[in-house]
Amino acid sequence: MVVHVKKRQIVLPGEILAEGNKFKSGEGTFREGDKILATVIGLAEIREDSVVVVPLEGVYMPKPGDTVIGKIVNVKLTSWDVDILAPYLATLSPMNVSGKPVDPVKTDLRRIYDIGDLIVAKILAFDRTQPPVLTMKEKNLRKLEGGRLVRMAPTKIPRLIGRRGSMINMIKKKTECQIVIGQNGLIWVSGSSPESEELVVKAIRQIEKEAHTTGLTDRIRELISQKT
Amino acid sequence: MNSGSKYSREELLKNGIRVDGRGARELRPIKLEVGVLSRADGSAYIEQGNNKILVAVYGPRELHPKHLARPDTAILQCVYRMATFSVEERKNPAPSRRELELSKVIKGALAPAIFLKNFPRSTIDVYIQVLQADGGTRCASITAASLALADAGVPMRDLVTACAVGKVNGQLVLDPNDVEDKLGEADMPVAVMPRKRFITLLQMDGRMTKEEFIEAYKMAIDGCMEIYKLQRQALIERYMAVRKESEEEEEEGGDENA
Repeated sequence: MVVHVKKRQIVLPGEILAEGNKFKSGEGTFREGDKILATVIGLAEIREDSVVVVPLEGVYMPKPGDTVIGKIVNVKLTSWDVDILAPYLATLSPMNVSGKPVDPVKTDLRRIYDIGDLIVAKILAFDRTQPPVLTMKEKNLRKLEGGRLVRMAPTKIPRLIGRRGSMINMIKKKTECQIVIGQNGLIWVSGSSPESEELVVKAIRQIEKEAHTTGLTDRIRELISQKT
Repeated sequence: MNSGSKYSREELLKNGIRVDGRGARELRPIKLEVGVLSRADGSAYIEQGNNKILVAVYGPRELHPKHLARPDTAILQCVYRMATFSVEERKNPAPSRRELELSKVIKGALAPAIFLKNFPRSTIDVYIQVLQADGGTRCASITAASLALADAGVPMRDLVTACAVGKVNGQLVLDPNDVEDKLGEADMPVAVMPRKRFITLLQMDGRMTKEEFIEAYKMAIDGCMEIYKLQRQALIERYMAVRKESEEEEEEGGDENA
């Protein structure tokens, strides 16, 4: 068993990470014979039983259980199409909104969600043979009104959340803004004043830029404290 | 710049020195830059001698029109285009047969490297814009496109590197430029996935003997290996730059309103 990379080393597609059969090939890697290689640019990480590459770039790929922010782009007879900035349009059916089927003759789905509405939803299922299915049947999943929407690279979302939410909770507390994070890279911010919203946007931009540095939470805290 | 009529065939190679002062086995100077366009998911820029080429990659993204979608895999779409000002005599802006063919050939050279099966029913789009052409644009395009794909975070088995070998006055020359290509006896572009030396493109026009072909092939692979190093360097530099940049404090934040 040979490991060829250091922890958090930048690796490129096709780079050999490890040899031997001790490790499983995790996310961002593939196996070729007894070698594990990187498929994307990212930071190599050796876990207990697997080797993974945390990608630095890439589009959002839906994963069941992810919270996402989406925009209604089409209202069909019995479902909505939702753009979640993934390679696939997601579908949302009334069954997964209210828990009961809706009679398309009696109800116009437009009166529940119309084109252009923003929603926070959870990905219920996605298996690549069918478009991702969304659900709204959980606490805090709802239509978003007011506020502002910020887009960020989905690969950098974990940094915005921080270890067990340390970063985002600090930002929420200090700015007194409501913030909803979609794993797909959309962030909804709503505060009592435009200034506080602006401050959150600024913090998000800085996190995006400095995503791969240490001590980021402290610097963001400083940034926010200066302005309030 | 280099009009064919300016040189005679005999002048192309004198005492082993080529028209642009290179030796027979020397590449043109190459400059590679990654992440040059902010709108695209991934992008790259290459200068190889007088070639200047810009590549933008989008995706994997939703595919329109839907009937092109494949249920088991993503499709790769390549568009190779030359600017009207990229060549000496104005290029007609209408898509030409040659551009269509090169788009197809480049697609074939890149596709084996990409894990297209990871993204069924979607598309990955590669747009190649030649700003200035001086021979060997298909190879330079492939080299740059694979960097742009890597920059977009598209999963790949390896980068793809390409390089041509020409034959001028009976002598094999690496990375021929436009004059050498036009006045020479043969031109052979090769694209390769360098790690396993897996060939993804091998074309040839003109004539070579079997021995020449074998030698030309070896030269092309050597050239590709050299370019591969530059490609890796360009990618690593880009992401090291991201790291450095991020160490500088206080940046102006933009805003994006919903």
